[in-house]
Amino acid sequence: MNRSQKQSRFAIAVLKGIAGFVVLILAFLIGYIFITGLPNINWRFLTAPAKAFSSGGGIGIQLFNSFYLLILAMLISLPIALGASIYLNEYAKDNWFTAMIRTSIEILSSLPSVVVGLFGFLLFVVHYKFGFSIISGALTLTIFNLPLLTRNIEESLATVPDDQRQGGLGLGLSKYETIIHIVVPAALPGIISGIILCSGRVFGEAAALIYTAGQSAPALDFGDWNPFNIDSPLSPLRPAETLAVHIWKINSEGIMPDLTKVSSGSAAVLVLAILIFNLSARYIGRKVFEKMTSMD
Amino acid sequence: MQNQKLAKQLFKKSKTARYERFGRLLCFSALVMIMAIVIGIIVFIATKGMSTFLKDHISVRDFFTGTLWNPGTKTPSGHAAVGALPMIVGSFLVTILAAIISTPFAIGTAVYMTEISPKRGAKILQPVTELLVGIPSVVYGFIGLSVVVPFVRNVFGGSGFGILSGTFVLFVMILPTIVSMTVDSLKSVPTYYRQASQALGATKWQTIWKVVLRAATPGILTAIVFGMARAFGEALAVQMVIGNASLMPHNLISPASTLTSVLTAGMGNTVMGSLQNDALWSLALVLLVMSLFFNLLVHFIGRKGAFSK
Repeated sequence: MNRSQKQSRFAIAVLKGIAGFVVLILAFLIGYIFITGLPNINWRFLTAPAKAFSSGGGIGIQLFNSFYLLILAMLISLPIALGASIYLNEYAKDNWFTAMIRTSIEILSSLPSVVVGLFGFLLFVVHYKFGFSIISGALTLTIFNLPLLTRNIEESLATVPDDQRQGGLGLGLSKYETIIHIVVPAALPGIISGIILCSGRVFGEAAALIYTAGQSAPALDFGDWNPFNIDSPLSPLRPAETLAVHIWKINSEGIMPDLTKVSSGSAAVLVLAILIFNLSARYIGRKVFEKMTSMD
Repeated sequence: MQNQKLAKQLFKKSKTARYERFGRLLCFSALVMIMAIVIGIIVFIATKGMSTFLKDHISVRDFFTGTLWNPGTKTPSGHAAVGALPMIVGSFLVTILAAIISTPFAIGTAVYMTEISPKRGAKILQPVTELLVGIPSVVYGFIGLSVVVPFVRNVFGGSGFGILSGTFVLFVMILPTIVSMTVDSLKSVPTYYRQASQALGATKWQTIWKVVLRAATPGILTAIVFGMARAFGEALAVQMVIGNASLMPHNLISPASTLTSVLTAGMGNTVMGSLQNDALWSLALVLLVMSLFFNLLVHFIGRKGAFSK
């Protein structure tokens, strides 16, 4: 074996070592989260309200808040992202204006989430006087979510072959009708996967919510579903600490005796939720695709 | 009369045409809205951030070179104590250190995933990195708090809170980001580059080192810049492990702070419009400018080294 072959062998062994080390780190991370967290998860933990000073608190309200904020933010951002991505992929010409818009979307997606949160604080909490509330949080999450969702939807629109568009136009549909009735349905599996993946990101976001949705979770009356009552879970004007904010909050200033138990349980729930989002994004996307393309 | 009516009908836009215009306008307004948000964020934070200098008359030099951060009071030498240098240094230190540590690991892993064992890479490493990219930063912060901080305390001494812990947490956090982007750029190197190199008698390592990595350099650089941007803007994970003392970092294991950690910890305790509050907004402005700078860097690298197929 000559020198360069020896060198090659050695280098590849080193690379394998590095990859192995990284796998170890990643495995340790995931293992740590689940091994320390999963034993703390039970039905009571998932549904009971949090306790500030004594042990035995749960994450029920935080979990509800997380889902409620996620759904609201998605409802607001989906139409905007869909419109923007349709324009970018179907109408936009390749000129300086489109380039500028693409750049601004990139800028928005790379802004630190704490900056987005501060902007939301300035605009919604202070200027429009919504206070620390669900609605401020949902609007801020929308800003945070828009660039990524737009990019995801645009990518799935771009995968629809041009034959589909030509077919629609050939049948005498206008361009917009073609897009709404042919292109968007054809891209639906990709769009749904994109939405679910973005949900995972929104679900775990905390920095953008600390100063918009607030850091407190007042008790809710789960028998009252009138959104205009402040105790109602649906009330948009109540402060709502989410699960991710809860983990941060109790770890920076929590004083309950079972702090590590609650936080490791919450972290496991959060990661489990993200895992479910990731897996279901693939599964549901494929199922929708099969359902839409099957002949029978 | 009949003709006029007909002419009018012909010149009027059809229902479909009007619908088309309406739909197009709807989509366009969504796009304009996103742009308005971006401009709004930049303008709002810039005006708020500038008020420290314009309204409160803090000199820019004091802000960027002062080392004492206690807005509202004065330094012993009589300047206002609005020195942001400790935070700026802290932010840059954790970002650069984390990038330096993770780059070799990320590139090694990415090369393993694409060049050495693509099957195992696609089966195990790909889904795991994807999951880790999606793990919320608070979870990284929590693990940092319960694993990294005690580790640093036992091995290096001190309280465990500090730049070093922040670096370790950010290292693990940006690793998956850099890996997955580097993998993309390695995959975009055409296969015939590798074939040509091996046909010339180059070993596998020579091919990787002298051909594949060279060809993918712009993409790898972009990945590193993205990782750094993420590290620089990361707030909570760092805030949880860095110790939050707005002092000049003397060593890597003494409590320090970053721009983001001071922002998250301080914003709730100040009154809108006061100097204490304005100074925090100036930190946010620095953060925003750095984020724009990273963006510019990515654009610049992309334009220089785009793969022309």
